[in-house]
Amino acid sequence: MAVVFEKTKALTDVKLHYCPGCAHGIVHRLVAECLEEMDEVKNAIACVPVGCAVFANNYFNFDAIQCAHGRAPATATGIKRVHPDKMVLTYQGDGDLASIGTCEIVHAAARGEKVTTIFINNGIYGMTGGQMAPTTLPGMKATTAKAGRDPKINGNPLRVSEMLATLTGPAYIERVSVSTPAQVTQAKKAIKKALEIQKQGLGFTFVEVVSTCPTNWGLTPVKAMEFVRDKMIPYYPLGVFKDITAEEGK
Amino acid sequence: MAKVLMKGNEAVGKAAIEAGCRFFFGYPITPQSEVPEYLSSELPKVGGTFVQAESEVAAINMVYGAAAAGARVLTSSSSPGIALKQEGIGYISNASLPAVIINMMRGGPGLGTIQPGQADYNMAVKGGSNGDYHNVVLAPASVQEAVDMVMDAFDIADMYGTPVIVLADGLIGQMMEPVEFNYVPRKGIPEKTWALTGKGDGERHVVKNLVIDPDDCEQWNHEHFEAYEKILANEQAWEEYLLDDAEYAFVSYGTASRVVRTAIGYLRAEGYKIGMLRPKTLWPFPQKAFEKVDGHIKKYLDIEMSMGQMMPDVAYACNDKNKVVFHGRTGGNVPTVDEVVEFAKKIMGGDK
Amino acid sequence: MSTFSTIFAGFGGQGALSMGKILAYAAMLEGKEVSWCPSYGPEMRGGTANVNVIVSDEGIGSPVITKDADCVVALNKPSLDKFVDIVADGGALVINSDLAELADGQAKAGVKVYNVPANKMAAEAFGGSKLANLIMLGAVVYATNPIKVESIDDAFTHVFEGGKAKFIPDNKKAFEMGYEFAKNNA
Repeated sequence: MAVVFEKTKALTDVKLHYCPGCAHGIVHRLVAECLEEMDEVKNAIACVPVGCAVFANNYFNFDAIQCAHGRAPATATGIKRVHPDKMVLTYQGDGDLASIGTCEIVHAAARGEKVTTIFINNGIYGMTGGQMAPTTLPGMKATTAKAGRDPKINGNPLRVSEMLATLTGPAYIERVSVSTPAQVTQAKKAIKKALEIQKQGLGFTFVEVVSTCPTNWGLTPVKAMEFVRDKMIPYYPLGVFKDITAEEGK
Repeated sequence: MAKVLMKGNEAVGKAAIEAGCRFFFGYPITPQSEVPEYLSSELPKVGGTFVQAESEVAAINMVYGAAAAGARVLTSSSSPGIALKQEGIGYISNASLPAVIINMMRGGPGLGTIQPGQADYNMAVKGGSNGDYHNVVLAPASVQEAVDMVMDAFDIADMYGTPVIVLADGLIGQMMEPVEFNYVPRKGIPEKTWALTGKGDGERHVVKNLVIDPDDCEQWNHEHFEAYEKILANEQAWEEYLLDDAEYAFVSYGTASRVVRTAIGYLRAEGYKIGMLRPKTLWPFPQKAFEKVDGHIKKYLDIEMSMGQMMPDVAYACNDKNKVVFHGRTGGNVPTVDEVVEFAKKIMGGDK
Repeated sequence: MSTFSTIFAGFGGQGALSMGKILAYAAMLEGKEVSWCPSYGPEMRGGTANVNVIVSDEGIGSPVITKDADCVVALNKPSLDKFVDIVADGGALVINSDLAELADGQAKAGVKVYNVPANKMAAEAFGGSKLANLIMLGAVVYATNPIKVESIDDAFTHVFEGGKAKFIPDNKKAFEMGYEFAKNNA
């Protein structure tokens, strides 16, 4: 009988440690499928973060390095400069990328490093247990903002895609989500496009995925999907923020 | 190759290139800025890559990536910048990756001064990052020795899978002396079969830093220490200067040892039997040298451009803290010949 | 001579560091050990710039000279005041007399003093003070003899490489002027 579907070979058979309803598993698979479809698994090197995805190297069935907190874009820079012909990606959460690693992501983007960053934005610190993230929404509860984030006390969330889109270095920036089947399809298109642009050597590519953290949000997986739709996406609108391939076509 | 007159900062850059280093990631800071300046123009000429990073933190993490990718890679900075690099040095060490870090030390702590210092001894030798680890630390006393040590540092790093720090100071960085470049690679440097190159048709490579299970993490530490045992056995290096008949021995490294050498000339002229044991490796500390000369040395006179950070190592090496006395200047000052001579005379009390 | 130590000092821009470099180069090309150790940092900007140059037949100890300098070259008054006491007995003090004047009794007895009107000489010969430092260097080499005078030509070809070679004739002329001046006014 003909095989009509099989699991991507770009993921290992190790069982994921992520919580039910967490988006990491979906995004891992989308990245893996894209690399496999592009026949780039053999050339891929992933820079994995500190945070829930610190063990992503156990799941990605290609070369990987565990980076210091927030420094994945710098480490990726070092790797890509040594191996300009390889596919180098960073996979980072919001604490890693938008808090401790803000400097590194901004400058990797500004330099136009030819790497792809997958940014998982779920508005909370997952691994350490629900502390406030730089992307925690106003009013959203966290273990370090128990009454909910108060911008007067805790400051305001960062919209990273919009920030990076002001720079000249990035070639492609899109914010997606994976809370509906249609969004998953669009997310895969965005990741594929980012990787293809990297392969063409056109510049820095960035895909932000508005994600879920049911455990630390204190919601069921289904309610968490609804929270993404009702609260997260209004603050973090989906769409393409920069695409130099489209600009060239104009 | 004929000798050329070169500034220390430029000479160490050229030494790296001669040793096959093609990647530099760094950030400007006085008094080492000529290292990135030099390499920004010279590395591209040999097909190499220079990146001025956004910070020292980013620079050392670029080094981590390039080292993991299998390249010979260098970064350089001066004291406060090296303090910023400590996180990355710990990661590189934990991942058993080879990398070379040059520190042209200045006075501290904090922003300190820009004049030469040696007060980063503890940070380099005792380890300024978290966890159980050692850096190999080489301490040049001249521009030529800085050149030779940078070249050897790449080999040591590759042999043992460890970061190597070349611990010089602003004076060596700024000074010009004649140098020649004669890089002869060591024998037995292992191939980097573990490097991240994309798995191709083979097994994938993973450079790890997190070991969640304490037993595994402990075992990993033990593996590091097996390498350290080999380094302790093989890599201790020192110079014995006029020690054969000496009853007193200065212990001094780097720029401070240059002042001591001149002071010895004055003291010897007056009949004092004094020489110098000059550590060329600070880790491993040259324990063997002390075992060799200790029988006829009454006192060790530790001279440093710090408040005496090396003293505990000297006391441990000679196994008698009562034999160790210290004189130093700090905060960017270099001891004068006169004050070293006077200090020695006070200690020796006319004992010729 | 086994070791020769000299301090070149002046305002930033007077060429103290490059005089030292030419001397160090000449000595190195003779096969001697040399060190060229500058002051550095903000003090260099508008303040005093100085460089310690040591030439030796053997290994050099302290590259920093704090006593017994065989020669001090003072291109201005603050430099003269700062380093006058470091000159060794029998050493030489070479002063740009257009910009610095030794006070009575300021130099130790036994120190040979050379007053060289380097700025005036440079202005007459070259229409500006730019080569005053090479005039001073010529006087230093006559006064202290740390290198063979012919070696300076070798040094010029290394210091003024490529497109800078056109500067060699004037630099050489200035050097010779200083050398002759010291010889005739010793």
